[in-house]
Amino acid sequence: MIAKFRNWIDERYPATKTWEEHVSKYYAPKNFNFWYFFGSLALLVLVLQIVTGIFLTMHYKPDTELAFDSVEHIMRDVSWGWLMRYLHSTGASLFFVVIYLHMFRGLLYGSHRKPRELLWIVGMVIYLTLMAEAFFGYLLPWGNMSYWGAQVIISLFAAIPYIGEGLAEWIRGDFVVSDATLTRFFAFHVILVPLVLLGLVFVHLVALHKVGSNNPDGIEIKADKKEDGTPKDGIPFHPYYTVKDLFGAGVFLFILFGITFITPELSGWFLERANFEPANALQTPPDIIPLWYLTPYYSILRAVTYPLFGVDAKLWGVFSMGFAIFLFFLLPWLDRSPVKSIRYRGWMFKTALTVFTVSFVLLGYLGTKNPQAIDLFLFTNLTWAQIFYFLYFAFFLLMPIYTRLDPVKPVPDRVTFK
Amino acid sequence: MADENVDQDRRRFLTGVTTGVGAAGVAVAAVPFVASMTPSAKARAAGAPVLVDIGDLEPGKLLKIEWRGKPVWIIKRTQEMLDSLAIVKDELADPDSDRDQQPEYAQNATRSIEPGVLVLVGLCTHLGCSPLEKLKPGELDSDWQGGFFCPCHGSKFDLAGRVFKNVPAPTNLVVPPHRFLSDSRVEIGVDTTEEDLA
Amino acid sequence: MIRLIISMLLLSFAGNVFAASGASEDLDSVYVNLDDRKSLQQGAATFANYCLSCHGIKYMRYNRMAEDLGISEDVLRENFLVGSQKPSDQMDVTMSEEDAKRWFGTAPPDLSLIARSRSPDWIYTFLRGFFVDDSSVTGWNNELFEDVAMPHVLYEQQQNFEPEEYDSLVRDVANFLVYVAEPVKLVRYNIGILVLLFTGLFTLLAYLLKKEYWKDIH
Repeated sequence: MIAKFRNWIDERYPATKTWEEHVSKYYAPKNFNFWYFFGSLALLVLVLQIVTGIFLTMHYKPDTELAFDSVEHIMRDVSWGWLMRYLHSTGASLFFVVIYLHMFRGLLYGSHRKPRELLWIVGMVIYLTLMAEAFFGYLLPWGNMSYWGAQVIISLFAAIPYIGEGLAEWIRGDFVVSDATLTRFFAFHVILVPLVLLGLVFVHLVALHKVGSNNPDGIEIKADKKEDGTPKDGIPFHPYYTVKDLFGAGVFLFILFGITFITPELSGWFLERANFEPANALQTPPDIIPLWYLTPYYSILRAVTYPLFGVDAKLWGVFSMGFAIFLFFLLPWLDRSPVKSIRYRGWMFKTALTVFTVSFVLLGYLGTKNPQAIDLFLFTNLTWAQIFYFLYFAFFLLMPIYTRLDPVKPVPDRVTFK
Repeated sequence: MADENVDQDRRRFLTGVTTGVGAAGVAVAAVPFVASMTPSAKARAAGAPVLVDIGDLEPGKLLKIEWRGKPVWIIKRTQEMLDSLAIVKDELADPDSDRDQQPEYAQNATRSIEPGVLVLVGLCTHLGCSPLEKLKPGELDSDWQGGFFCPCHGSKFDLAGRVFKNVPAPTNLVVPPHRFLSDSRVEIGVDTTEEDLA
Repeated sequence: MIRLIISMLLLSFAGNVFAASGASEDLDSVYVNLDDRKSLQQGAATFANYCLSCHGIKYMRYNRMAEDLGISEDVLRENFLVGSQKPSDQMDVTMSEEDAKRWFGTAPPDLSLIARSRSPDWIYTFLRGFFVDDSSVTGWNNELFEDVAMPHVLYEQQQNFEPEEYDSLVRDVANFLVYVAEPVKLVRYNIGILVLLFTGLFTLLAYLLKKEYWKDIH
């Protein structure tokens, strides 16, 4: 009976074929470790955000007069509305946690290298799109930090010579952030960007399944096949990685629910105090700080304080910020090492990646602090941010040199378990 | 792979249990999402009971108020009006209010708690138009004893909101839950309890 | 406007002038306990008597508060509701914003979320921080909030009560405002524990399942 029904479908739609090609007979390297959970987790959070988002949209009102009230209406009057809201706000931050770890995995094992350059680039576009999604969404509660955050970020565009002012006005639809801005950000956040994201995620997966997954050894498993044509070091995604990812999802959900139910503000890291006050065009919050996932770039923006070559510091800051993100796109070509995985790289790359990671994290931390204060040691936060600014760019710009000089180790023929 | 030492029973058991627990989790998780679509505290506040003062309402007149977004009529019936109820009785579809269109405490000859005060939801039971007041005898035709006439499809109701035979509306007009806090104050939206009647 | 913002942005490069305010201030810490229903009820009563005439908590509904804090409908109608107010009404002020501006020079802010936008410690410190100042319009000033437009409404209590009694009164108000800022906090933790236990069970099962299948590979 079931077989008959399956046949009926398969004659009209490639259901079984798709399932086999992408799940039950998709061969993935058998040596995936901890770092390989985050791809499937990113997909899980995407679904969580879309579902909770749909239900929030039923009660939210994109109108400057009503937006803040409607969020509190969700928090109090709507049955379980608070849960939808907290899941959505916690999910937003955890989305970035997952994506950052996913990207770091790529750096560790050389997932950006040939033949996965396009896969990496699509991934970077997803990352950029996600930042846009988060930024548009952050305005919607119409809290005071929402308002001033949007005001400041949009003003960055005004730094672009000649067209800047007009561009910023065009984005806002007004001379300041206003009802026009809120309404269009709502449209972007709930329709445009999610559609783009879904499309990009689809392309990302198609690209992945074309080239096959990388692994912690950076070995192409397709190069060594059994008689039946399947890779010797590959195992079917289903059931082995579906059950493994199910476990990963369990751990992730435990963390998600822990934060959502026990401490949804996470001491201001996920929900900021200033955003519990309605937007007030006359009063800036004491410190305007973007949410943590954008602060590394915010730090880079603030680190530039000197004009150079007749261009003022403001423009250099904006340029640096854009360039810092753009460099990720060039990574497949900046990296000249003969090996992919960190396991077989030499001390140079290992040192460089460590320094870069520390710089990125600390830039993020400093981005939440007053530049003139001293929160690390010896120097002011600004000075430290300037030091990490240079280290950040050095990691990318010196990469063609040190990856070539790096004393690499021989790569084994078959994957290993460590 | 797939060597013979695999304990297939254990594997099947674990798959079953994990699937079961997972499915239960998804089912429980669906509850808040479904529940979030029920009327919110705001909607319920808007639909809260309405207190009406009928002290100034003249006999024979009708007062229209809004409750849960619906028109509610309060009519102070004169003795003449009450007498008319018996006259039209044979022409009605449900003269004894057997159908469940009123609270128990209004299931009587006058369809009201106080015979003189009638409370009705002013929506035709046919397709939801609001019938017109034709309270005076002869206002509709020569035999007319007073009642309501729905302009949409011609349904007719008497002065207790009971529907006439051979009109589109199938049932009597609805009597909403209500109670008297005093002779002149009616609360619409709250049922009369034993206590109130005592 | 844009120039203003950019210059502010640059100002924050050069030295964050606003940074001194905010969390770094010395605040007296207050013991918040939402399980202390008595304290919440006391806080509600004090708030309704002394604060609510000027400061609304408009996101809070009377009946929700009554239900959550175990206040009976009779007590609610007698002590909290005024005039034609219904139990399901929001706890807003009747004073119009214009009147308020005329009387105080500024509209008293709504306090629904004050415990989240400031902090319970801030509320506690503020209410304990009033001192006599003849140079101000109201005759009062505040150590935490300089030149505050608000007079010391709990003046009689502070004068007639023992210091501990006054602190306890103020603490109840802070406690109550923490509840008002997030009513669901009363149940959030308990639901969370159950959800975590369930998720933990699922994760354990998924782990066993994964181990079982991966016997094939290792």
